[in-house]
Amino acid sequence: MYAFEYHRPSSSKEALDLAAKKSEGKFLAGGQSLVQAMKLRLSSPSDLIDLGSVSELKNLKVEGNTVLVGAMVRHAEVAASPAVQKAIPALAALAGMIGDRQVRHMGTIGGSLANSDPAADYPAAVLGLGATISTHKRKIEADKFFKGLYETALEPGELITQVSFPAPKRAAYMKFKNPASRFALVGVFVADFGGNVRVAVTGAGACAFRQPDMEKALAAKFAPESVANIKVKSDGLNNDLHASPEYRAHLITVMAKRAVEAALK
Amino acid sequence: MNAPLIGARIQRKEDYRFLTGAGQYTDDISLPNQAHAAFVRSPHAHAVIKKINVEKAKKAPGVLAVYTGADLAAAKVGGLPCGWLITDVNGQPMKEPPHPCLAQGKVRYVGDHVAVVVAATAEQARDAAEQVEVDYEVLLAVVDAAKARAKGASALHDIAPDNTCYVWALGDKAKVDEAFAKAAHVTRLDFVNNRLVPNAIEPRAAIGVYSRADEGYTLYVANQNPHVERLLMTAFVLGLPEHKVRVVAPDVGGGFGSKIYLYAEDVVVTWAARQLNRPVRWTAERSESFLSDAHGRDHVTTAELALDNNGKFLAMRVKTTANLGAYLSTFASCIPTILYATLLAGQYTTPAIYCEVTAVFTNTAPVDAYRGAGRPEATYVVERLVETAARELKIDPADLRRRNFIRNFPYQTPVALQYDTGNYEATLDAALQLGDVENFSSRKEESRKRGKLRGIGYAAYIEACGIAPSAVAGSLGARAGLFEAGEIRVHPTGSVTVFTGSHSHGQGHETSFAQVVADRLGIPIENVDIVHGDTSKVLFGMGTYGSRSIAVGGTAIVKALDKIIAKGKKIAAHLLEASESDIEYDRGEFKVAGTDRKKMFGEIAFAAYVPHNYPHDKLEPGLNENAFYDPSNFTFPAGSYVCEVEVDRDTGQVTIERFTAVDDFGKIINPMIVEGQVHGGLAQGIGQALTEGCHYDESGQLVTGSLMDYCLPRAGDVPSFKIDTRETPCTHNPLGVKGCGEAGAIGAPAAVMNAITDALGVKDLPMPATPQTVWRSLQQKAA
Repeated sequence: MYAFEYHRPSSSKEALDLAAKKSEGKFLAGGQSLVQAMKLRLSSPSDLIDLGSVSELKNLKVEGNTVLVGAMVRHAEVAASPAVQKAIPALAALAGMIGDRQVRHMGTIGGSLANSDPAADYPAAVLGLGATISTHKRKIEADKFFKGLYETALEPGELITQVSFPAPKRAAYMKFKNPASRFALVGVFVADFGGNVRVAVTGAGACAFRQPDMEKALAAKFAPESVANIKVKSDGLNNDLHASPEYRAHLITVMAKRAVEAALK
Repeated sequence: MNAPLIGARIQRKEDYRFLTGAGQYTDDISLPNQAHAAFVRSPHAHAVIKKINVEKAKKAPGVLAVYTGADLAAAKVGGLPCGWLITDVNGQPMKEPPHPCLAQGKVRYVGDHVAVVVAATAEQARDAAEQVEVDYEVLLAVVDAAKARAKGASALHDIAPDNTCYVWALGDKAKVDEAFAKAAHVTRLDFVNNRLVPNAIEPRAAIGVYSRADEGYTLYVANQNPHVERLLMTAFVLGLPEHKVRVVAPDVGGGFGSKIYLYAEDVVVTWAARQLNRPVRWTAERSESFLSDAHGRDHVTTAELALDNNGKFLAMRVKTTANLGAYLSTFASCIPTILYATLLAGQYTTPAIYCEVTAVFTNTAPVDAYRGAGRPEATYVVERLVETAARELKIDPADLRRRNFIRNFPYQTPVALQYDTGNYEATLDAALQLGDVENFSSRKEESRKRGKLRGIGYAAYIEACGIAPSAVAGSLGARAGLFEAGEIRVHPTGSVTVFTGSHSHGQGHETSFAQVVADRLGIPIENVDIVHGDTSKVLFGMGTYGSRSIAVGGTAIVKALDKIIAKGKKIAAHLLEASESDIEYDRGEFKVAGTDRKKMFGEIAFAAYVPHNYPHDKLEPGLNENAFYDPSNFTFPAGSYVCEVEVDRDTGQVTIERFTAVDDFGKIINPMIVEGQVHGGLAQGIGQALTEGCHYDESGQLVTGSLMDYCLPRAGDVPSFKIDTRETPCTHNPLGVKGCGEAGAIGAPAAVMNAITDALGVKDLPMPATPQTVWRSLQQKAA
């Protein structure tokens, strides 16, 4: 790890002021990706602006039909929250599947989304539920947030403050894990809003994406057989040691079918 | 008076220390004025070093020195030696290319050592290492063993232009060819035994220390055999007087073979400590471990089994190309030969076996012994062949094994070994019963109803532990002795310190060896301490590898105990005014036979050290004995494993539903420790079959260079094992023990792959059987 300056602001404003002054600095949320990259000397920010003491980013609540998750809410809190479990059980279940116990107690939703790892779990829920990402200056729809590999709509110095998830009629997330890293080799989030169905895929492409064929078929009939025979094109899907594009394309169909089955249970 | 301790489930003496974080590993040792080393490693698999510029690095903050291969050459530091000379089929010695501690003009794998920076802090050393400028001319790399000898393949070493270290063979080729010519059936398989990265929890670490006061050196190192490390380093590399070098292998967090060897880092920190006159330390990061620890396995094999009409094995023919990596690691040459081909008889009476091994150099990390070392590769060949033959001939696989079991002992195999004892039917019967094989078909039906494929596979392995005797090993090329040493120091009040040349790095020797000593002497186990891992305390030792510790190290201790008791009898005879021949020793008491006259062990010890009433004319005072034990043969643990898997057709995911292991380890000292060894071995064997595969790309970059891509098995990947033992005591050591450390890793891969191929209905599948691999196989079958 290269040397850096460490800052621990107590408000978003203070954090943003610091970020404005430190052009080579980075916000530190849960540190589950950034710190690893720094330890491997792959990332060398001049300054780390730790958001751990910014209490206004730590709220987790359900208001009516909406789950509001502050940017610094840890995965374990979402997983264990009775309110989230009641409003969007699939979201709580997804949070409980991220990484391992240690990761879930450190990692945050804001950090995960800002990093936009192609195999992260949260992007599937954000896109699948059509969430809205609030930053300190605007609101970004999920459909406009994920831009590419580790690339989002966030501008330099822009700070995610909260994510709001509308509660669907039913939803489920199915994840086929990379055997080594346990990230999603393919993860599919299916949400039925009653006539309007969203299907989001993570792990398979450069960033999370929707699956319109499946959405259409499920909107017509929300049943596993609606997607079971949809062949996904492998063009442009990720290719690595663990899965070829063809295998990933196949897994998207399998996981989508299983997600629908789970949502119906 | 005391319950027997041999065979008792005693909680480990070392548990408190390890579970409370009180262990002292090499990296825990902190010395005044210590400096930190960082190695500059090659980013290329194969390149000529045109120029190294260290000037910038030397000026970086905190830097004390930067050394390159030129500095080591100028100081006449030698290369790393290989401990086993293999003689090829033409009677020529194997090719032994130089193995420099820091590269001399060329690098040969990604991670090869180019330079070392020593600085006041670890971060300063790393920062400065990035400032070392190396000008490389990149050469084509060869990675794949099967391609190493191809025309036009890039040559690694001048001495071996065809990248061949040796072509070696064992067995009677003519007899084998004749048997194949008249065979009713031949089963043939081509497969790769996948390369593995050991991944001990504690990475390698070394601290070199030099003292001007006595011109002595100390090397603290995460190592499995400190005396061997010292011998190799002093005699072959640094040219130092052995008595001036102390090697300490303190608590070591796992080795699995990877810490047997003398590594470049060990030499460099020791040498640098003398140059700088201050301690120099280095601890590998996990990324460095992946790149530079010796890897395991990596065979490409064609194997054939000839059978007659009744399913009797007539002959076996095996041709293997073994990847040795870029250089010869310490014992690399004997693994795919002496520890592989000799095991191809397995548990069977196959009358003729011929095995040819071509060992090649490639631009990959050196390959050496890894848990099982040659024997898992041999078992995989034999047991995949046998299971496949059974399927082809439609004979029950257990029955086919029974038809060919060795039943008369001692048994001379056609591949040099002589098995002293065994009962293969007993372990097979027990495994079939414990695994409830009888009801497999109903479980298969139940799986089918859930849309899953279920399969069953067997493996009946044999293992050869405690390589011996030294004279035979020497005639086969060993450059080291293969005995073990032990010393018993009885203190005046009757407590005992035992010094053993074996080394514990997770095996629980401090408990099981203490059980042996306390049991034999009939004293409380609390009165016995085991000391190991320090050349200044232990008289000598060959260390721990090849499941040899209890069979060889334990026997050396027993031999020393016999001397203690013999001397004790002399002292007792004097004190009890009886004839020495009338003294019996029974669980802590020296008694005059047929009387109630006796002396306690402690009383005899006291008399030996406070010799007022003592037979000074016949005996020296004191009670301290040592023994060296050179076994007359290997020991031969064996067992039968049954694995049952379920396959998810949609994803290719394999789950192990049942795993049954029945082993014959001879006498067992501590069943709880043995079970732990079996569990760990099985997990590693299952890891090889299902999850672990080291992968280099064509340019020689390590693709599986971290735990994000290299998949070690986790607790959830293995089932709750059903294990049991059967016992045929070893006939040639006093404890009747055989060894148990590697069995699981030897038998499991074949059992798992036999089960998966059964479930899929295919002849073969490459390891590791990852979901993608299994899915592809299902796709091919469907097409």
